[in-house]
Amino acid sequence: MNDRHYLSVLVRDRPGVLQRVSGLFSRRGYNIDSVTVGASELDGHSRLIAAARGSERELGQIASQLRKLIDVVSVSHLSVRPSVVRELMLVRLSVPPASRAAVRAVIETFRCVVVDVGPATMMIQSVGDREKNDALLTLLQDYGILEIARTGETAMTR
Amino acid sequence: METIETKESMRERLLRRERLSGSEILLRTLLLEGVECVFGYPGGAVLYIYDAMHGNPAFKHVLTRHEQGAVHAADGYARSTGKTGVCLATSGPGATNLVTGIATAHMDSVPLVVITGNVATTLIGTDAFQEADIIGITQPVAKHGLFVRHAEDLAGTIREAFAIANAGRPGPVIVDIPKDVSAAVVEFVYPERIELPPSAQPAANPDGEAIRALAAAIRLAERPLLLSGGGVIQSGAAEALARLARGAGIPVTTTLMGMGALPAGDPLWLGMPGMHGTYAANQAILQCDLLVAVGARFDDRVTMRLDGFAQGAAIAHVDIDAAEIGKLVQVDYPVQGDARLSLEALNRELEIAAVTAQADVAQAGTRIPEAARSAWLARVSAWKSAYPLRYRDSDDVLKPQYVIEMIARTTGGDAIVTTDVGQHQMWAAQYGRFDRPRSLLTSGGLGTMGFGFPSAIGAQIGNPDRVVVSVNGDGGMQMCAQELAVCAIHKIPVKIVVINNRTLGMIKQWQELVYEGRFSHIDLGGSPDFVLLAEAYGVKGLRAESKREAEAVWAEALATDGPVLIDFVVDKDELVYPMVPQGKRLQDMLLGDSDTDKDTDTDSENNADEDKKEGAR
Repeated sequence: MNDRHYLSVLVRDRPGVLQRVSGLFSRRGYNIDSVTVGASELDGHSRLIAAARGSERELGQIASQLRKLIDVVSVSHLSVRPSVVRELMLVRLSVPPASRAAVRAVIETFRCVVVDVGPATMMIQSVGDREKNDALLTLLQDYGILEIARTGETAMTR
Repeated sequence: METIETKESMRERLLRRERLSGSEILLRTLLLEGVECVFGYPGGAVLYIYDAMHGNPAFKHVLTRHEQGAVHAADGYARSTGKTGVCLATSGPGATNLVTGIATAHMDSVPLVVITGNVATTLIGTDAFQEADIIGITQPVAKHGLFVRHAEDLAGTIREAFAIANAGRPGPVIVDIPKDVSAAVVEFVYPERIELPPSAQPAANPDGEAIRALAAAIRLAERPLLLSGGGVIQSGAAEALARLARGAGIPVTTTLMGMGALPAGDPLWLGMPGMHGTYAANQAILQCDLLVAVGARFDDRVTMRLDGFAQGAAIAHVDIDAAEIGKLVQVDYPVQGDARLSLEALNRELEIAAVTAQADVAQAGTRIPEAARSAWLARVSAWKSAYPLRYRDSDDVLKPQYVIEMIARTTGGDAIVTTDVGQHQMWAAQYGRFDRPRSLLTSGGLGTMGFGFPSAIGAQIGNPDRVVVSVNGDGGMQMCAQELAVCAIHKIPVKIVVINNRTLGMIKQWQELVYEGRFSHIDLGGSPDFVLLAEAYGVKGLRAESKREAEAVWAEALATDGPVLIDFVVDKDELVYPMVPQGKRLQDMLLGDSDTDKDTDTDSENNADEDKKEGAR
């Protein structure tokens, strides 16, 4: 019953609001894979997307606890409706010129973009859900991964 | 020359638009909120605020001897009056000394506004002298925290803090005011209205469908039980609870936080449930078929092991806090709403149903189980009379339970009793008598030693006409004893009881029962002579070592017009019973009497009970 769930949380931009939300997750022992935050469609409000694992009941509890935070305006549980989930990932690879073509083949299959190329390195950008980015990393492992930066998933209902 | 100012003219004066310092704005706003007394302690970051108090007789401030005393006093004031408690401390150590009191209030849902100074905004984040991020520190243990960046925002922020502290499920709110904000002079504009975010105001009115479903379940239950908690006290729902219990004939168990919801003499009242609960209350939980919890949060000290809690019952849960419903126990009848409004709605529904009951009886499948209900009430009252709370009294040593019974007998259930934490707290709950709400003030959730005495100071200030008794152990008495000075200086007539057994009794009890008698660091021998300690502060001190002395000095204490500390030297080896050991189920309760403990397993008990029932027929 440890399904992945997405909670979309609209918060007022107040000092410490992120600390309050993340503190709640850790204090109550909820399993959170990632939290992304950014501006929302409302002035002075941000939207936070938390990717969490747990049963429906646990998720309901997390949502109820979140709704109690004074700066939380609304919480919606995205997984109950069809949603789009995306994560941006940047990967720097150690690629000698000889292997560039092989790497490019992998990248094309995954519809990624090369955003920077150095004498022996390459930086690629991938956008997709977490599973896609994980799969890409598995294939790239052979090419010497130097650095990974992932945003964590953000999500929206269809 | 003293001039008398009416409330209206004072309000008009306070609302006057003029240029004021942040500190003056703070004091005015607090007065406009109706604050009667602020408990506090000055320091560098609040000097402007204390300067504004100088020569301001309308503003009442009590100087405690420790910030912890201030926050507990504000808490006792709030618990006993239902109003918001207010305390004030400086930045850094002043603020961190409040943390225990903030967490105490938070766990028991007590509305407090906690004002702290902080270093100037220009110094924030630089590790300045006496700087501490008190909002960050208290974030997990407070309802909310507000930082004031501009003096213009001060009045609105204070008003918001009061509103948040009281909205929905109450709790402590911190307002952190940097020194330059309290110093800045700005135009004072009092915000008549403030907007609260929706999260601060959960729906108070229950859903009609949920109430109808619960009412139907109550009517059809054969063995219903009410579990009444602190929320019933907080929301002023005691009357509605009594009406429900008496109207529908439902026995009631009240949690430690819920004492006084039903008068102690009521035949439907079963006492406290849980670890040190009564036999009748715990049996009722084990045997009921519908458990209606109101304003209670299924604390582990109440439920013990969850797989042994009300296993045969459908569970109804009425709570203002939606996050409490289903948190620990699966709920069949959830009702999110204010306890008073929900119980009133439930009573209306049941009263309407009673009128149309005849029609129901005619309906197929609907049967009001009247015979089963009266059999249930008979069983419950048989448990009450067969297994009352009891202890072995003695003529050689003074028993702590005797002292508590004596206090209850002489104050007739009218006193406000505050307790500290430990054995004496449980004896106070068991043998005390609480006939109305807000009569037992105790740290139920956090279990804070040092709470008992300073909270009584706040309770007495809020209730000048009532007898306030503070019951402490000899351990907890030493955690905030410095506040004796406050009692002496202001002649606050708290009767300070020390149940002195020269040990940390509850720890000793666990070490005896669970850790095979390996007593580790529980000996409090060498504590000060409490009578001399009281006298050193200018508080009258009395001592009793026998029943006769106890009666005499207690009568003297009650007749004394001022604070008195009474040191009751009691039996060192007394244990709190009944007891359900941690990690056990309610059915595994020990009555502390080797004869009865042998047959307290549920099966034999059920049989005995069935036998009694048979006999009664």
